[in-house]
Amino acid sequence: MTNTIGNNTAAEPGRGMRFTSAAANYVDERTSASTAVKALGRKIFPDHWSFMLGEVALYSFIVILISGTFLTFFYDPSMTEVVYNGSYLPLKGIEMSVAYHTALDLSFDIRGGLLMRQVHHWSALLFIAAIGLHMLRVFFTGAFRKPREINWMVGFLLFILAMAEGFTGYSLPDDLLSGNGLRIIDGMIKSFPVIGVWMSYLFFGNEFPGTDIIPRLYVLHIMLLPAILIATLAIHMVLLVVNKHTQFAGPGRTNDNVVGSPVMPVFAAKAGGFFFLVFGVIMLIASLFTINPIWNYGPYDPSPVSAGTQPDWYIGFADGALRLIPPGLEFVLFGFTWPINILLPTVILGVFIVLVALYPFFEAWVTGDKREHHIADRPRNAPTRTAIGAAGVVFYAVMWAAASSDLLATHFALSIEGVITTLQVLWVAAPIAAYIITKRTCLALQRKDREIALHGYESGRIVRLPGGEYVEVHEQLSDYERWKLLDYNEYQPLTVRPNEEGRITVGTRLRARVSRWFFEDRVLPVVPKELEDAAKH
Amino acid sequence: MADKPPSTDLVAGSSQDDNDPGTAVVPSEGLTNPGLPPEHLRVTDLDPKEEKKAERRIAFFFTLSIVGSVGAAVAYVVFPIIPGDMQSVRFNNMFVGLFAAVGLLGVGIGAVHWAKSLMHGHELVEERHPTRGTEESRSAAVETFAQANKESGFTRRSLVRNTLIGAMIATPVPAVVLFRDLAPSYDPVKLLKQTMWAEGVRLAKDPSGIPIKASEVTIGSAFQVIPEGLAELEYHRIEEKAKAAVLLMRLPIDELNVSPERETWSYQGIVAYSKICTHVGCPVALYEQQTHHLLCPCHQSAFDVSNECEVIFGPAARPLPQLPITIDDEGYLVARSDFTEPVGPSFWERRR
Amino acid sequence: MTSSPANRRSGRRHPMMGVLLLVIGLFATGGVYAATSAGIAHADTPPASTVALIDEGERLFMANCASCHGLNGEGAQSGPTVIGVGALSVDFQVGTGRMPMAASGPQAAKKPAQFTQPQIDALGAWVASLAPGPGLPDPAYYAADGDVANGAELFRINCAMCHNVAGAGGALTEGKYAPHLRDLEPIHVYGAMVTGPQSMPVFNDMNLSPEEKNDVISYLNYMDENPSVGGFSLGSLGPVSEGLFIWIIGLGGLIAVAIWLTARSN
Repeated sequence: MTNTIGNNTAAEPGRGMRFTSAAANYVDERTSASTAVKALGRKIFPDHWSFMLGEVALYSFIVILISGTFLTFFYDPSMTEVVYNGSYLPLKGIEMSVAYHTALDLSFDIRGGLLMRQVHHWSALLFIAAIGLHMLRVFFTGAFRKPREINWMVGFLLFILAMAEGFTGYSLPDDLLSGNGLRIIDGMIKSFPVIGVWMSYLFFGNEFPGTDIIPRLYVLHIMLLPAILIATLAIHMVLLVVNKHTQFAGPGRTNDNVVGSPVMPVFAAKAGGFFFLVFGVIMLIASLFTINPIWNYGPYDPSPVSAGTQPDWYIGFADGALRLIPPGLEFVLFGFTWPINILLPTVILGVFIVLVALYPFFEAWVTGDKREHHIADRPRNAPTRTAIGAAGVVFYAVMWAAASSDLLATHFALSIEGVITTLQVLWVAAPIAAYIITKRTCLALQRKDREIALHGYESGRIVRLPGGEYVEVHEQLSDYERWKLLDYNEYQPLTVRPNEEGRITVGTRLRARVSRWFFEDRVLPVVPKELEDAAKH
Repeated sequence: MADKPPSTDLVAGSSQDDNDPGTAVVPSEGLTNPGLPPEHLRVTDLDPKEEKKAERRIAFFFTLSIVGSVGAAVAYVVFPIIPGDMQSVRFNNMFVGLFAAVGLLGVGIGAVHWAKSLMHGHELVEERHPTRGTEESRSAAVETFAQANKESGFTRRSLVRNTLIGAMIATPVPAVVLFRDLAPSYDPVKLLKQTMWAEGVRLAKDPSGIPIKASEVTIGSAFQVIPEGLAELEYHRIEEKAKAAVLLMRLPIDELNVSPERETWSYQGIVAYSKICTHVGCPVALYEQQTHHLLCPCHQSAFDVSNECEVIFGPAARPLPQLPITIDDEGYLVARSDFTEPVGPSFWERRR
Repeated sequence: MTSSPANRRSGRRHPMMGVLLLVIGLFATGGVYAATSAGIAHADTPPASTVALIDEGERLFMANCASCHGLNGEGAQSGPTVIGVGALSVDFQVGTGRMPMAASGPQAAKKPAQFTQPQIDALGAWVASLAPGPGLPDPAYYAADGDVANGAELFRINCAMCHNVAGAGGALTEGKYAPHLRDLEPIHVYGAMVTGPQSMPVFNDMNLSPEEKNDVISYLNYMDENPSVGGFSLGSLGPVSEGLFIWIIGLGGLIAVAIWLTARSN
């Protein structure tokens, strides 16, 4: 192949163009890059703002990597005790670990150090928030259905890894707040039957706190977890490219195509621009708002503690779950202690996140639908799924709120006992209420859609007919607008049939039950005949 | 196992099953998709003057970005940190950050505006293909595995295969064992059951280590206490403190309910309790002088000092352990013995 | 400093005594007022607990406090005894506006003081005359010129668990709370430590020596004078406010940006 690339571009070749084609040719002859460009260059990505939440996560992760690298040049995780000799007056002469000292140096004695610390921490909070919201978007639009079940599990793993990264990261300064967080984790580890004390001992390298934990968390934080995270992220993105992105229903959009912008130039410009916008917003926040003022907390010591001790927001649901347990839940059996007050919330949280991870398989079992799905559902068109999701969100939210129970009390002039008791009740009642309200709302919205699809929307113009009757004129939708309301999947409950051996298995019965729960209450979609009749009206 | 022909289940696994709609209702007479709506032209497509204006706007943002980035570098020098001057630290953070933010946002806004207002190609269509491989790739894949199996005899040679699996399972075992020395060789359970407190050890103030006389503890006082000698420890100071931290209070004697076994554990209304919460180990340091409640700020476990720190609210399951105290002949408060139970959170071997 | 009640009751006074007392009282209150208007709560010399001051205090007490605290300060249904609480308690409680209490509740809330400093001094003098109790300290001990680092360490160990490391306040049981410690008068901080108001424990001089109390006051003063270097502190409440901020402003803002980005251009 002696053709050089760039000969058939649309623009007139000038000097710059000639250099570019020579360079492109050089690279292609050594890497087959043109194959990649051909395959990916004009790939289509659909355009919807809710599809950008994953990008917020991705870009804030890149900001984390950049700012974190800077920090590693100055931070030292050693727990050796030194006396502070930096420039922050209220800590002068205080004994502290090298880790805390170097974190203070970054904040007070290195230009741009505090900025990078704040960029790093703010973008970590944003990263996990974006993952959470992105996951909710994927859930509520049913984008976890075939062929994306594996990618859902991969994404779920990313969520867990991100939380682990965050936890190990904010523990690195070895300050009072994060140190008490480690103390709590140690207490939780110790509560495990049989192996708890040993796990704690091995993890901390001695009795709590020991002198090994911060360096170990550092290795996890900058080496092991990022490596696994980046590899997992790569899988996530490869699957995204292979499966192509989902799209919402609309005119010209089918289950067998993707409508949107090509990577080059529009999507690249928008996505690239969005990276700078995310980075810019984080930088703006980091210049103006304090985060994690470690100098206020002082070095970790097992004796002092601050009022208002909470973990970073993404660990809040676990802290809240601990607070909601009533007193006295522990028993001793044959001399062995079972701290149910710790084990129970741990199990509840574990079951909860496993249920979240396995939801796609559950729904696939219920519907029995083995087709590929590339059209994103509008949440109202999957009422039971949306209601289950709402109940899950509310369940999470109650635990999250419980983590700030003392702050709720001081800020709203309540008692901590009142706040916690209320949240204990809500822990059970609120998800149920959320489910019911959400399902009914979805069905109502579907009915409204149906009305509008058939009869148009009320225009506000009142017309008097010759006979004296007043009517409100309805504006019909255009075909294009109407299509958005009409194009969705409908399911009906499973009818129970005996299998080849003539028996009805328990599994089938169960599935039929669940299927009825999911699909019995539904609004029938519009059929062509109804449309014709409505048009004649 | 005899040599079986390669299973065709994978390929035959009929695309029929894999496209089974299950309980979905597939309407026989579907609604028709109206197709892509007509292209929507922007002002910049229609009016060359608008196009020029958009170009200038975009260039403005990119220029602003240059100003911002250069400004950040300048701010780094112009707003240095003067050691000890907190205002200079704040200015350095703020100005470098703000200029850098402008530098970044400028590029972002410019690029997005360019894409939205000037670039073409917004509603293009790409066809999807079923995710599964084509029939020929699938049979080629099956064929590859079948051939490899034939050439290696993997399924046929069961002894070879099974011992390989065994070896793979056994290989990581040494790695697991290597983790034992993450911690020293002492028995951690034993360590958890003892603290620095012992008979005659004086109660001292945290952090100075100065011992406390009974006469210094007046009604309503709360002293943060460590064992005498802890402040001077060279090794394991924090680890010992994590078990030995104590809260010392004095209540009016008539407000203290003392059980018979513990009558000698307090001294004239002065009581000492472990500060380490029995929930998950935070310091229970909040003492309410009037209600005699101890509150842990982490998860709001509350203990009643009047009643031997029994749990009155919150997730803790056990009262705080009490340190038996008395005075020595110089009037200093001393421990009578170590705690009579392990302090802090519960663990498996706690009662053994 | 306290004068015995016997003088007032005996009635054996020189006729000019009233005029003389009035003159002395005027000088005393005038001097205290002058010292107050200079921004410092008390003059270098402790104010003389003159009979006039005590009388004034008794009058104020009867008019404003006796309904809850009893006609002789012995306590009543709705208020504890003030016998033995000392002038320092009065200076703290009335100076921070906690007393007179606006309404009964879990605890007395800080509010604008209802009395002038001379009136507070008078009340304090009368209460102090009832029985010995903590008196006003030497101003050197609340001059806020102590060791900030030592003060910070003592604060973390003794105060932060209720008041938060940055003095932002915190929750106690049953609706009570430890208030925030921003912009307080140094003598009020000293007074709180010594007298242990309501739920707060008592920090006597053997627990925290007067110099150590001054160190704590110096730390609080440092916090007031040096705002957070990182920018707005979001109330110094830690991860809760940071999390709320990033969700609402950070993610919310970026969603707004994303909506702009994906919207059709006109």
